[in-house]
Amino acid sequence: MIVADKKPIEEIIEEIKEHEKILILGCNECVTVCEAGGKKEVGVLASALRMYFLNQGRNVTIDEVTLERQCDHEYLEEIRDRMDQYDAVVSIACGVGVQFMAEKYHDTPVYPGVNTCFLGVTEKRGLWTERCQACGQCILASTGGICPVSRCAKRLLNGPCGGSVRGSCEINKDIDCAWQLIIDRLKALDRLDDYEKICALKDWSFDRAGGPRKVVREDVQE
Amino acid sequence: MRLQYPTDIKIILLPCTGKLDVLHILHAFEKGADGVYAVGCMEGDCHYNSGNLRARKRVEQARHILDVIGMGGERVQMYNLSSSEGPRFAQIAVEMDERIRNLGPNPIKRAKHRAA
Ligand code: SF4
Ligand code: SF4
Ligand code: FES
Repeated sequence: MIVADKKPIEEIIEEIKEHEKILILGCNECVTVCEAGGKKEVGVLASALRMYFLNQGRNVTIDEVTLERQCDHEYLEEIRDRMDQYDAVVSIACGVGVQFMAEKYHDTPVYPGVNTCFLGVTEKRGLWTERCQACGQCILASTGGICPVSRCAKRLLNGPCGGSVRGSCEINKDIDCAWQLIIDRLKALDRLDDYEKICALKDWSFDRAGGPRKVVREDVQE
Repeated sequence: MRLQYPTDIKIILLPCTGKLDVLHILHAFEKGADGVYAVGCMEGDCHYNSGNLRARKRVEQARHILDVIGMGGERVQMYNLSSSEGPRFAQIAVEMDERIRNLGPNPIKRAKHRAA
């Protein structure tokens, strides 16, 4: 999933302080799971903002809506009828949601209420860690299912650098060395031969180096 | 044992303080509460193991939010005591009552009043 973290309320107040009628818009998917932008967080943020403005002596409307997703037309359409009531939106979906919202409601300012961080997993409640950088050409087949693109600090594709120490990465001993993990897993799978295979130059044009990306699937288009 | 404690405290019973959410605390303030405190079992004695530890974190979160929005984080507090400590319960009530009286009423209550 996409992992995000809450923005400090101070920062959100700074973004929206000029507005009078504000919609706080949550998303039921990824950001709900990482407890940054779901219905509950919408409630907390909205309540805090209502009190903040009242305390400032200002009568600001703060409404709450949480959509199923903010990255699909159909869900964003659900609020079309009420959008003329607002002069600003704080979206606490990931950056994708914020942007799609802004694209669809061209005349209404949309502000981000979270920091979108990475594609990752919930290791346990309150701990999310990165697993994928969407490089566009997945090489997990040859790396024991562990991604060196996202998990090796140097994105090395053919074994560890010289700084790998007792399983830790040289940039921080609290970070596992991705290559140690890969080798351990290949060993467990009895596929250490894979480690001997040279990974040829990766085509980074499928990654961000090629500019904004697109997936076109004519077979499923209408 | 009949103990006296301030009458303007409204007690809301929860099966365990673990049920308490930040949202409950914030909504209480939005509705005009001057202060909120949670009273849970002693740490280590929660019947659901960690309910009171979670409650403490939520109280901390609410406290932080109230500080940021200028309402005063001291208006929220977590207490732990065992069920045999009636006098301590009354003492906490007096303590909190005094603290809140010193802080004065919930500022948004006044603001709402002005707006009306
Ligand atoms: S808007 Fe972002 S957080 Fe919400 S479902 Fe789409 S990708 Fe996930
Ligand atoms: S190799 Fe690329 S697509 Fe596969 S997990 Fe790593 S970053 Fe993601
Ligand atoms: S049972 Fe959980 S705090 Fe008392």
